Amino acid sequence: MAIRVFLTLLLFLSLSNIVSSIYEDQVGLMDWHQQYIGKVKHAVFHTQKTGRKRVLVSTEENVVASLDLRHGEIFWRHVLGTNDVVDGLDIALGKYVITLSSGGSILRAWNLPDGQMVWESSLQGSKESKSILNVPKNLKADKDDLILVFGKGCLHAISGIDGEVLWRKDFAGESIEVTDIIQSTEVIYVAGFVGSSNFNVYLLNAETGEFLKNNHLVLPFRTSGELLSIPGDKFVVLDSARSKIVTINIKNGDINYNQKQISDLIEDSSGQAVILPSRLPGLFALKINSWVLLIKVTNEGELVVVHKIDNTAAFSNALSISEDQHVFACVQYEDNKVHLSVKDVNDWNSDLLKENLVIDHQRGNIEKIFINNYVRTDRSHGFRALMVMEDHSLLLVQQGEIVWSREDGLASVVDVTTSELPVEKEGVSVAKVEQNLFEWLKGHVLKLKGTLMIASPEDKVAIQKLRLRSSEKSKMTRDHNGFRKLLIVLTRAGKVFALHTGDGHVVWSIMSHTLRKSEECEHPVGLNIYQWQVPHHHALDENPSILVIGRCGPSLTAPTVLSFLDAYTGKELNSLSLAHTVARVIPLPYTDSTEQRLHLIIDINKHAYLYPKTPEAIEILKREFSNIYWYSVEADNGVIRGHALKSNCIHEVVDEYCFVFRDLWSIVFPSESEKIIATVSRKSNEVVHTQAKVMTDHDVMYKYISKNILFVANAAPKASGEIGTATPEEAWLVIYIIDTVTGRILHRMIHHGCQGPVHAVFSENWVVYHYFNLRAHRNEMSVIEVYDQSRADNKDIWKFVLGKHNLTSPISSYYRPEVSAKSQSYFFTHSVKAIEVTSTAKGITSKHLLIGTIGDQVLAIDKRFLDPRRTLNPSQAEKEEGIIPLSDSLPIISQSYITHSLKIEGLRGIVTVPAKLESTSLVFAYGVDLFFTQIAPSKTYDSLTEDFSYALLLLTIVALVAALFVTWVLSERKDLQEKWR
Amino acid sequence: MTLLRSLLAVTLLLTFFISLSQAFQSDELLLDDEEFGLEGGRPQSRPSPNTATTTTTTTSTRKRIPDSASDSKIQFTLEHAFGDSDFSDAGNFSARLKTWSHGAQTLTKLRFSRDSFTDVEKNKFQELLKGDDFYKIRLPSNVLSPPGREYIVSSVKARCLPGDGLEEHFVIHTEGVNILGVNYGSPGACPYPRQLKLPAKWSFKSHTLLKNSEQAPRTPIFAEEVLGGEGVEGEIVMPIERSFWAKYWMYMIPLGLIVMNAVTQAMNMPEEQAGGQAGAPPQPGSAVQRGANSGVRRRS
Repeated sequence: MAIRVFLTLLLFLSLSNIVSSIYEDQVGLMDWHQQYIGKVKHAVFHTQKTGRKRVLVSTEENVVASLDLRHGEIFWRHVLGTNDVVDGLDIALGKYVITLSSGGSILRAWNLPDGQMVWESSLQGSKESKSILNVPKNLKADKDDLILVFGKGCLHAISGIDGEVLWRKDFAGESIEVTDIIQSTEVIYVAGFVGSSNFNVYLLNAETGEFLKNNHLVLPFRTSGELLSIPGDKFVVLDSARSKIVTINIKNGDINYNQKQISDLIEDSSGQAVILPSRLPGLFALKINSWVLLIKVTNEGELVVVHKIDNTAAFSNALSISEDQHVFACVQYEDNKVHLSVKDVNDWNSDLLKENLVIDHQRGNIEKIFINNYVRTDRSHGFRALMVMEDHSLLLVQQGEIVWSREDGLASVVDVTTSELPVEKEGVSVAKVEQNLFEWLKGHVLKLKGTLMIASPEDKVAIQKLRLRSSEKSKMTRDHNGFRKLLIVLTRAGKVFALHTGDGHVVWSIMSHTLRKSEECEHPVGLNIYQWQVPHHHALDENPSILVIGRCGPSLTAPTVLSFLDAYTGKELNSLSLAHTVARVIPLPYTDSTEQRLHLIIDINKHAYLYPKTPEAIEILKREFSNIYWYSVEADNGVIRGHALKSNCIHEVVDEYCFVFRDLWSIVFPSESEKIIATVSRKSNEVVHTQAKVMTDHDVMYKYISKNILFVANAAPKASGEIGTATPEEAWLVIYIIDTVTGRILHRMIHHGCQGPVHAVFSENWVVYHYFNLRAHRNEMSVIEVYDQSRADNKDIWKFVLGKHNLTSPISSYYRPEVSAKSQSYFFTHSVKAIEVTSTAKGITSKHLLIGTIGDQVLAIDKRFLDPRRTLNPSQAEKEEGIIPLSDSLPIISQSYITHSLKIEGLRGIVTVPAKLESTSLVFAYGVDLFFTQIAPSKTYDSLTEDFSYALLLLTIVALVAALFVTWVLSERKDLQEKWR
Repeated sequence: MTLLRSLLAVTLLLTFFISLSQAFQSDELLLDDEEFGLEGGRPQSRPSPNTATTTTTTTSTRKRIPDSASDSKIQFTLEHAFGDSDFSDAGNFSARLKTWSHGAQTLTKLRFSRDSFTDVEKNKFQELLKGDDFYKIRLPSNVLSPPGREYIVSSVKARCLPGDGLEEHFVIHTEGVNILGVNYGSPGACPYPRQLKLPAKWSFKSHTLLKNSEQAPRTPIFAEEVLGGEGVEGEIVMPIERSFWAKYWMYMIPLGLIVMNAVTQAMNMPEEQAGGQAGAPPQPGSAVQRGANSGVRRRS
């Protein structure tokens, strides 16, 4: 205890060091970093004639990556911006990876081995259109290969060597919806529909891009528009009723068509027919009901059903393994198994490959499959398949086994919550300890060597490894300091993962069956995750549970699903498909006797539903009925409204758990001068330790601490676009602080010449926000601190003695607010992607702002730099209080990047969770990558640091005891001598 | 110009911070009132004696003094509702609309006249008090073309209003001719739990306040040579070197203890020589004198 106190004292003495950075050898001790790529859209294998076999992928997170085909590791990776969606990926010249992105306007070539960008071409165009990348396959070495790109209504021919645009042809004036480009040696066919029934083919000279011919064919009916080209001058399309298959043949520039009723091909043609977008030579796949028909198109344009497959999951594109042999893969489900078969296009009776696979049920269905061939040891053809699963994970299958898998769903985390781990059970087996005794001893000897600086370099490596591997860190039990927790993340695919904070391994993962793709639920997406039940300290045998909310589609009207999961095991306890929609979920600050938190779900029809649906919950709600308020922001409309519960819903049947609500207040922003761009409220679970702030002159300021407070940032409508589109005169930013119970505007402030995007964080009584100052051409960060004046006269000590203060009386929002706000702005170098603030268990520790910079790093800035009371020349007393002299910009200290040398690509959010140890806050940042670390804003004043040398302490004590003994003997001897004298 | 405007607004706000109750009649002589036209006033609202003045006068005034601002008078109504009832008229705000030479318009000099409750309304209000329900008010969001885009609604628990009479406090946030929001409630505290208290008088005591947006403080801009900023940075960039004490305290303390031990030992030794056996248990039955003791020592 004494040591702690002493240490605290020392730390206060050395408080002048405000930087919290780590030493090189501490990297990876308490932080971890995981790299992902996202759901794969395109994949191209590169296995021939290379030492390292790799697969090139582009993903829905706009990542272009090269993966090791042996282990699934990332060779290289590029995260393109959020607006730079990858439309096409291919390999050109055998050495460049070509990507087409941004709606067909940017073409890039990356060097295959190391991912360096070789060239980039920006392609001009006038109108939005489908973008098509066409890289010729059969390369003749002597020819400069043309890469054909159709994008923004233009066809471009680009040299594969340097990215030069050789010619371009504008189709914007032709009103054609180009759906396909076919390249032959001399002629390029550009095919598409004008309207829905006029089929057009343009013939272009491949050398110069000249128009050679334009043929068109008006079909006597409308088509569905999904045109599929069959290699070899043919196209298939369905009519708009999806009852006829139309084959269009454009041989030699003449167009003719054949049509055939689907009912002629299959008896039961009641379902909706869809042409699958797999490119197979001379074939196409038609999906109807659960059947997939493989239909051959003969040279005469006749359709012949060659194969029928049931329960099919996915088809690959055709792969040519020799001159005239083309194969494709298809996956079928049977019971719990997956059949993967690779078939020759021309030979239906035999399978080149037939494998059975067992794939974890939690991965969902197979969505996409890409195949690649290799030569087996017996010179026969072998195949490997890359599978993209429903949960966005990526599997490589070879010889009937999953060679590797990547959990790439974690690249699209949408919401995060945490859970405590179970408490350690008593009675650890002795055998385990004995077994590890030698290891333990060895470890300690190594550590001792390290501290005594007699360790050799090998020993040092061993020590580092030991520290990294310390089993303490990834134990599945609660620790004394509260560093070990479960991070429960919900991904866009609707899968829930529990990650251990110690090393980031996946403890469990589940994809609720209600959030699977099905007939009722076409595009399930994960929305939010909440703590549903957090057992109290005395009910440690119960497992906490969490609530997952998902929706079947992007629109607000899509049906919604609730799922309740056990936080320790990931088992689904219950799931509900809701009859109503979900517009908003409000966790209420009340729990029932089983510690289930009450939640109010607001639907789009102005009804509020209470969960859990128990009579007890109703009782609790009835008790607090008049104290429940919430607000809604209509950003498009520029209105903020406050609501309160009114009464039960009036349906045909009385629903006890359904309530109607009323609007209590509204704030209407003038649409001609203001547009809501950001709203931020306080975290509901934040702890504030001190309500008052003592000023330098021993004056007391009371913080205005209200949970019901909202920060709103409005920009001028003209300046709500990107930076640079508005002049400083027509840009302004209006900042509001609003009480959400009464709708009172507590503070209102205008920043002239400034514009968004605004990122803000609200904590205690202050808000910090980031925006762009057009006049100064710099980013700025401002702080507003709100103080309560109504309690300002509670300074007199006599009032406290006589009990005449009003500090203990409950505070109501209906008091007239007497607040004063202090504000200050500072320049800041970076653009910002996210802002968060550290949170600690008791709120005593000073705070750091965590800023996700544009460089995908997380920077920690002491809140003291964003203090409105900073003055140019602080007095001695102010300096003692810790006020930093005023400067115009916030310092960026390279050591205070908590991500040190790492990058969290595509950073989207930062989450802070308090540890049990007051000084420490856990930080989790997510984007395409995940990153976790611990941060101690005021240093770990309440515990000994990691590098504290216990051995030396022990040694000193031993030495001391020895010294004591020696001196005692000496003094005894001397005494005796004295006595004998 | 903005400075002038804000100054003007502040002074006007200060002057009009004084409450205007229903009974209160201003004795201020408002000569310039004749110049104001009534814009945007609702036809059914109480006719003002100044309505006769046309806006043309205003325009001519503006022409005469191009740089100064011109004023006109406008009115807008306050409506109220009891619980979830429909809204009905409850009073009138009147204000001056200042049109600045650069085209911007601001509201100043807000006055308020509150209609007293009718008997029906009194009953309704008492019911609200009993049920601890909401008393709602609303204002148009645009004073020139009421109700504008939407009404500005605010509500308060009815039990907060009764004081001596009925006390209310409005803070109207405006942006030009638009009203953004209104802070409505009792002028003071409204302690929770709210007690049922009927008002002694049924007359309103209203306080009104107009609020405009404030300017954010400018970011301080320092020249490069200002040492303050650099000093801070220099201090920060310094690599964190833990203080001597923080590093070596575990050696220093035992060292200190040893030193102290040694010192006390050294100090004790001569003392021991002086009064060596003082600590030893005295001989039973013999009251040993100090002198005798030393005698013993000497003998040994």
